Amino acid sequence: MADMSTPLKHVRGLGPAKSGTGHFWRQRLTAVANVPLIVAFVLIVVALLGRNHAAVVQILGSPFIAVIMLLFIVSITTHMRIGMQVIIEDYVHDEGSKLVLLIANTFFAMAVALASAFAILMLSFKV
Amino acid sequence: MAESKASAERPLSPHLFIYKPMLTMTMSIVHRLTGAALYFGTLLVAWWLIAAASSPKAYAGVGSFMNSWFGRLILFGYTWALMHHMLGGIRHLIWDIGHGFGPHEREWLAMATLVGSISLTIVIWIVGYLFIGGPR
Repeated sequence: MADMSTPLKHVRGLGPAKSGTGHFWRQRLTAVANVPLIVAFVLIVVALLGRNHAAVVQILGSPFIAVIMLLFIVSITTHMRIGMQVIIEDYVHDEGSKLVLLIANTFFAMAVALASAFAILMLSFKV
Repeated sequence: MAESKASAERPLSPHLFIYKPMLTMTMSIVHRLTGAALYFGTLLVAWWLIAAASSPKAYAGVGSFMNSWFGRLILFGYTWALMHHMLGGIRHLIWDIGHGFGPHEREWLAMATLVGSISLTIVIWIVGYLFIGGPR
């Protein structure tokens, strides 16, 4: 059968999964975002060391810190989900196991992201 | 992966284990390992945040775990993995824009990643201990 696809389709390079280089790009985008967010996260954690619960709630719930923490959570969980998908695709060759692990990977990343984000929002609205 | 008879008789391509371990190769493996470790390490972050949002008692529970020698060991490992993966990631971003591929540059980058991650980890922990030890 003759190739009926247009040159535009080839240029877009989306391939059979219709996602193309989406993961590649998003992994680099979140990597760039992660650098300042990790620096901020470490500074926040160190600043909170040894403080009592009330002070920790106060600081983590303050708008500026809460937004940084939310950005940190979204960026790292997106990054780690793609990263673990690459690891699974590299080493797990049985189709069934691979499918189960890929689903579990997404569930895990989403659960961590949502639980953490929910906790940050709870801290924010409690203050 | 070679299942058919014909492919089984062909010489197998050399794999990782026949090569002499090199610094860049080791750093590549360590980057993946630290990434995988940090993946599960996010459970600690989620636990810490949920406990802080829940109650003073739950937060104290996290605190007592983090203060145990086992908790400290995990936290120390987490700090190093985070710093190493971050610096390794910066190294990858430098490669992504087309720099740092020369024999000298890539060795230097690998060395800088390792020395940098260990130094940053030690600095963070010194600062951390000063904060905990300080009056509050």
